[in-house]
Amino acid sequence: MEHGSFTNDRNASFKLPQEDHTLANAVRFVLNQDPRVVSTGYSIPHPSLECVNIQVQTTGDPAREVFKDACQELMLMNRHVRSVFEKAVADYKADEQERLKEAKEALKDQMESMDIEKNN
Amino acid sequence: MVTEEEKIFAKNFNIEDHPDVPARLPPHLELQRTRVLCKNDAPIHTSSVQYSGAYKFVGVDNSVKLESFSENFRVDVISEDGMELEFDMIGIDAAIANAFRRILLAELPTMAIEKVFVANNTSVVQDEVLAQRMGLIPIAADPRLFEYLSENDQPNEKNTIVFKLHAKCEKGEPRLKVLTKELIWLPNGSELIKESGGSTSKPRTYTSFSRSQDSFPEFANNPITPSYPDILIAKLGPGQEIELEAHAVKGIGKTHAKWSPVATAWYRMLPEVILLKEFEGEDAEKLVKACAEKVFDIEDMGNGRKKATVARPRQCTLCRECLSEEFGEPIVKPILKGEDKSKREWVDNVALRRVKNHFIFKIESTGSLPPDVLFTEAVKILEDKCERVIAVLS
Ligand code: SF4
Repeated sequence: MEHGSFTNDRNASFKLPQEDHTLANAVRFVLNQDPRVVSTGYSIPHPSLECVNIQVQTTGDPAREVFKDACQELMLMNRHVRSVFEKAVADYKADEQERLKEAKEALKDQMESMDIEKNN
Repeated sequence: MVTEEEKIFAKNFNIEDHPDVPARLPPHLELQRTRVLCKNDAPIHTSSVQYSGAYKFVGVDNSVKLESFSENFRVDVISEDGMELEFDMIGIDAAIANAFRRILLAELPTMAIEKVFVANNTSVVQDEVLAQRMGLIPIAADPRLFEYLSENDQPNEKNTIVFKLHAKCEKGEPRLKVLTKELIWLPNGSELIKESGGSTSKPRTYTSFSRSQDSFPEFANNPITPSYPDILIAKLGPGQEIELEAHAVKGIGKTHAKWSPVATAWYRMLPEVILLKEFEGEDAEKLVKACAEKVFDIEDMGNGRKKATVARPRQCTLCRECLSEEFGEPIVKPILKGEDKSKREWVDNVALRRVKNHFIFKIESTGSLPPDVLFTEAVKILEDKCERVIAVLS
């Protein structure tokens, strides 16, 4: 929900129900990185209220659009994080399997060479 | 009069493109921006510089664009064994890394025992304490296969897992330990009969399963059990008995910690240890001995000379032993009248730092899902949150 004024859409605050520091702090970071933002911050009005207020002041663009862009950007960042993470884990698991196989073969080789020695 | 050409020039003009304007921060600012400096009393420059225009005055753009983020972001897996995962996350701000951690702890669903129907309990553990202990038992069931049980819902096969526990210590036997392996999964739902007025009606139980959970392909040959078979629930003396039924439902850690899918999930910033002068000979040996975490090593430089090197900075726990006076450079100051002569001052010869955008992340799962799946689920939840906000705004 947005709280702003009709005459000036540069400044607004947004009330996000059911959210807390998890989303607010991440969005604040992304908002801060946007050159269109003059100032931004968030607060939780009371610990027993399940909501957070995010305030945005921009250099001229509508605060609503800037805020939406920030959410969009955060979402795309997350998507990227997820793909990189999944790839890293898959690579690690594949490597691990390779290593296991090599270790097994090395062990087998060792056993075989021992056998040969015994036969001699 | 402004010509069209000038207008276009003004529009495209960007001071940061000018060759005389530096594109990089001077080194002391760069250090403040990217490192936490750990001094012997307290760390400094701990916060991250978020504002995009923070370095406008030196002509440096501090904003992070999605492209540059994507280019620099890296993940290195250090170890993974199905229950624990350690990885390095490089090129991300604490704000987002912390969001992942918070979601892992409090917002990922799992199954946990919520209701305990005690038929008989003559053990020394009271019913309510027993129920609380049962709640904390981690259950190895994929929560994505279940639904939340809302207030008006009947417990059914899609939202409830039922376990039975019946343990008795016979008279004359030694004391008996009741372990989690004695929890038996009831795929057909509750076996306890509800007391009802009319005796003609079919006996009702505490759940209304329409089909057996056995028939789900996921559980067909793979019964649901607690994550560990050997967690102690209670101890029974001779003649004591526990008979109960436990109903597990889906929930999140925000409601109660028993639903947290991780034993813990935490991160620390990568330590950076730098020797500001050469430690040689005896000094080097002293330094190596002082560090309990074996961060330093001795390097032989030939002809008997030895030098300390930083071999394992990752191990540093920031105990700050190496910042003590023993390893510092004394400052020679004229002692003023009345000043305490024993109070000497020194400058450190070792710099301890933390890299602000390099996180060593560790996730310990409790067994409902492997830790790598937990992390991807956590990222997905943050994505969903953003999506919800966008949907409301547009
Ligand atoms: S702070 Fe402690 S652990 Fe770290 S390098 Fe110094 S002595 Fe070793």
